[in-house]
Amino acid sequence: MDIEAKVKQIIMDKLGVEESQIVPEANFIEDLRADSLDTVELVMAFEDEFGIQIQDEDQEKLRTVGQSIDYLKKRLAE
Amino acid sequence: MKKRVVITGMGAITPIGHNVKETWGNLLKGTNGVGFISRFDASALPVKIAAEVKNYNPEDHFDHKEVKKLDLYTQFAMIAAREAIADSGLAEGNYDPNRAGVITGAGIGGILTFEEECNKCITQGPRRISPFFIPKMIGNIAAAHVSIEHNLKGINFNVMSACASANHALGTALRSIQYGDADLIVCGGTEAAVTPLAVGGFTAMRALSTRNDSPETASRPFDAQRDGFVMSEGSVFLVLEELEHAKKRGAKIYAELAGYGASGDAYHITAPAENGEGSSRAMQAALADAGMKPEDIDYINAHGTSTPLNDKGETQSIKNTFGDYAYKVKINSTKSMVGHMLGAAAAVEAMVCVKSIMNGIIHPTMNLVNPDPDCDLDYTPNVPVEKAVSATLSNSLGFGGHNSAIIIKKYI
Repeated sequence: MDIEAKVKQIIMDKLGVEESQIVPEANFIEDLRADSLDTVELVMAFEDEFGIQIQDEDQEKLRTVGQSIDYLKKRLAE
Repeated sequence: MKKRVVITGMGAITPIGHNVKETWGNLLKGTNGVGFISRFDASALPVKIAAEVKNYNPEDHFDHKEVKKLDLYTQFAMIAAREAIADSGLAEGNYDPNRAGVITGAGIGGILTFEEECNKCITQGPRRISPFFIPKMIGNIAAAHVSIEHNLKGINFNVMSACASANHALGTALRSIQYGDADLIVCGGTEAAVTPLAVGGFTAMRALSTRNDSPETASRPFDAQRDGFVMSEGSVFLVLEELEHAKKRGAKIYAELAGYGASGDAYHITAPAENGEGSSRAMQAALADAGMKPEDIDYINAHGTSTPLNDKGETQSIKNTFGDYAYKVKINSTKSMVGHMLGAAAAVEAMVCVKSIMNGIIHPTMNLVNPDPDCDLDYTPNVPVEKAVSATLSNSLGFGGHNSAIIIKKYI
């Protein structure tokens, strides 16, 4: 499974949303009804799935589906 | 004059029923909820039995995303509260949300969540602790979820007094309504502690029955061969409402919560005071609060845990409180069938008191086959008894010496 598909799967699982809602511009809090605790859990799930650590200052930048996919692709290419 | 407080709705999820009707029906039939522990592998423990809520599937009640944020103890509370509120007929427009509260009794809280996150912390490090750990585990969060789901914006908290929690919750709710702090309070008990740590902890205290070869006869209150209580789980909620408020909205009234008394043993962390002295004072206080004499009580729902110490001490405390009349009053133990629901125990017992008044029938104390000479009162052994019940007293004691009694009577 590629990074994008895995990210989508995690978002569906953690936020209980439909796949069709998970578009690049979807904001976790504003569009996908996440609260601040959900976003922390989401980032922890990304860390677990991809075996990386995401620093707090980076976490704050991951507000949309697209930002998260781009960030993870970049980190995993390093 | 004190405001009067009535019960206008009830809801339940217990080891012998997923609602009030099923639970009560099974109590009358003598159905036993105790079986082998299925929630976890108990093979390493000397206690392999508990009363679990049967055929429970969280996703029948909550969506997938919600389930992960709700400890089982909160799930049970929300299910029972939904039934109680629907039963009461409360709906938008017939009450003021700012004067509608929630008071819960949970003796332990989210211990399943506690154990899961503790294991994660140890094996994967503290950075892997879920952001939902604290708001899932804390013992007051069930009260919060019930209020959020039903927009109940009045007084809201949890009372914690171990196995007496729900009785203290009911008593506290009674006082809050009498004092005018709320028009109604959705009040109940909830617990879900059939977990390795909790069962292991009570086992270490030698508090639990080890009758693994015969689970359905393990909880045997007042029987000479009793050897401890049986861990149980579930939740029961009642809607308590100020009488005039209930009448004004045309609510059906099941019974009246007429009195409450509480005391402390100041004696020992787990053993009840000699001769049930503390419990006697709680019962006397409840009678005085209700303005009733011992002879006015037709039926006592005992704490009746099936531990050697409790049942003997409680018998003595009933004699101390009721004198010669102790031999005439009907007594039973709901725990003989549902096991010990800990913080929720007094809530199911309050529901039983209401049902006994409404139906004129007292459910049996099951497994009482070899009478203990120290327990020589009428515990309604093994078969239900039809009897008009106009007033009941329900006793609950918690580790720490927390004694409580409530009086529920027919609404006239």
